[in-house]
Amino acid sequence: MYAFDFVKPTSIDEAIQALSEGEAQALGGGQTLIPTLKARLADPGTLVSLAHIADLKYVRVNGDVIEIGGGTTHATVAAQAAEAYPGLADLAGRIGDPSVRNRGTIGGSLANNDPSACYPAAALGSGATIVTNTREIAADDYFQGMFTTALEEGEIVTAVRFPIPQAAHYEKMAQPASRFPLVAVFVAKYADGVRVAVTGASNNGVFRWAEAEQALSSNFSAGAIEGLRHSAEDMIADIHGTAAYRAHLIGVMTRRAVEKLT
Amino acid sequence: MTTISMRVNGKDVSAAAEGNTLLVNFLREGLRLTGTHVGCDTSQCGACVVHVDGVAVKSCTMFAADAEGAEITTIEGMANPDGSLGTIQQAFRDYHGLQCGFCTPGMVMIAADLLKNNPDPSEQEIRDYLEGNICRCTGYHNIVKAIQAAAGQNVPSVAAG
Repeated sequence: MYAFDFVKPTSIDEAIQALSEGEAQALGGGQTLIPTLKARLADPGTLVSLAHIADLKYVRVNGDVIEIGGGTTHATVAAQAAEAYPGLADLAGRIGDPSVRNRGTIGGSLANNDPSACYPAAALGSGATIVTNTREIAADDYFQGMFTTALEEGEIVTAVRFPIPQAAHYEKMAQPASRFPLVAVFVAKYADGVRVAVTGASNNGVFRWAEAEQALSSNFSAGAIEGLRHSAEDMIADIHGTAAYRAHLIGVMTRRAVEKLT
Repeated sequence: MTTISMRVNGKDVSAAAEGNTLLVNFLREGLRLTGTHVGCDTSQCGACVVHVDGVAVKSCTMFAADAEGAEITTIEGMANPDGSLGTIQQAFRDYHGLQCGFCTPGMVMIAADLLKNNPDPSEQEIRDYLEGNICRCTGYHNIVKAIQAAAGQNVPSVAAG
C-alpha cells in the first residue's frame, strides 16, 4: 500500500469536511477498498474512516419503508431487517462470508457499485432511494454503469430507503472462487407492479429487465416468463462465463426467484 | 507513526502504527502475537480471522487504526486460563481437524464465532459458516466434525491412523 493519513471522524459533518481536503477517500467497511489499496490501484492522501459515526448505523422501519444507515454492516442488516423485509435481509446474509459481513457496509457497497455486487440489485429492484449528505437520489438515477454512480466527489451515502414489497427474493449463482454473483436476480413484487434487477451480468452494471417486469406484473408466475430470453449484447464475458451463458442465467435466476415466491 | 491502544486477549496493549498498518500486522509485528496468520492477504482465506468487539473479522482487511480502543480476541486468547486447550482447540486435536495447521487459528476463531451465534449448528450451517475460511489439507470433513464435537454433538470418533 502507498502511505496515507488515517482520520476517524465521529460525525457526518466532520467526515464531509475531511473529505473536502486534498486527495481524501472515504472508507466504509473496507472489504473492497482495502484489497484495492493493497494492489496499489488507489493512492489517497487521506483515508476517512466512516466506521466511527454512530449516526450512520441503524435499521429503522417507518410504515412501509425500511431505512438503513449507510454505515450499517451486512450482518446487522441480515439480523435487523429480517422481520420487516426478509428478502433484503436474506440477500445481506449471503454477501461474501461471515467475517466480510461483519465489516462490509451497505453504503460502501452502493458507493462502489461493483458490477457483480449484491446490494445494487436490492436497491434497484426495490426502487430504493439513496440518501446522501446533500440530497436524495432514486435508484433508477443512481446507478450509472460499472463502478459509476451519481455520487459527486466528497459525497457519501448516509442512508438507503427501501419501500417494503409484498414479497421479494434474491436468486444468486455464485462464482465459487470469489463468492460474488456470476449472475444474480432480485425480484420484488409491489402492489403497483414487479421489479426485476440483474447484477453480475452486464458491462454496464446492475440493470432492470423490463420485459420480465412487464410479463410478471400482469401474471406473477414462472410460466409468464417462460420462453423470455435476455439478449447477450453487452453482457460480461470472462473466464468464468461467456456473454451467452450469463444471458441464459438471467432467465434461469429470474424463474427460480419467481418460483420461490409463488 | 502514532501509538495505537486496544485490549487484546484481556490485556491493555499499545504499539506504534502507520495510517496504513493492517490489524493483522499490528498484532503480529507490533505485539508479536504471531498465532494469527496471513495466508492470501486478499480476504479470501480466513487464516487471519480474529474477533473485534465480539465479532469475527478478517484482520488482513481492517486497519489497526479502526480497531483502536476495541476488544480483540486472537487464537492466543482461546486457551483455558491454566494454559490447557480450550474446548474448540481440544476438539480440533481430538478429531484431527488440522494437518499442516496454517489455517487452524482462523478456523478456531470462526468456529467460536459460529458457536456463539448458533450453539447447536447443523452440519450444513457449519459448512456455510466456513465459506470464508480455506483449508488445503483436510477437505474440511474433520474440521466440521471438530466443530460439531465442540458444540457437544455426538460425533463418531476419528479412527487412529
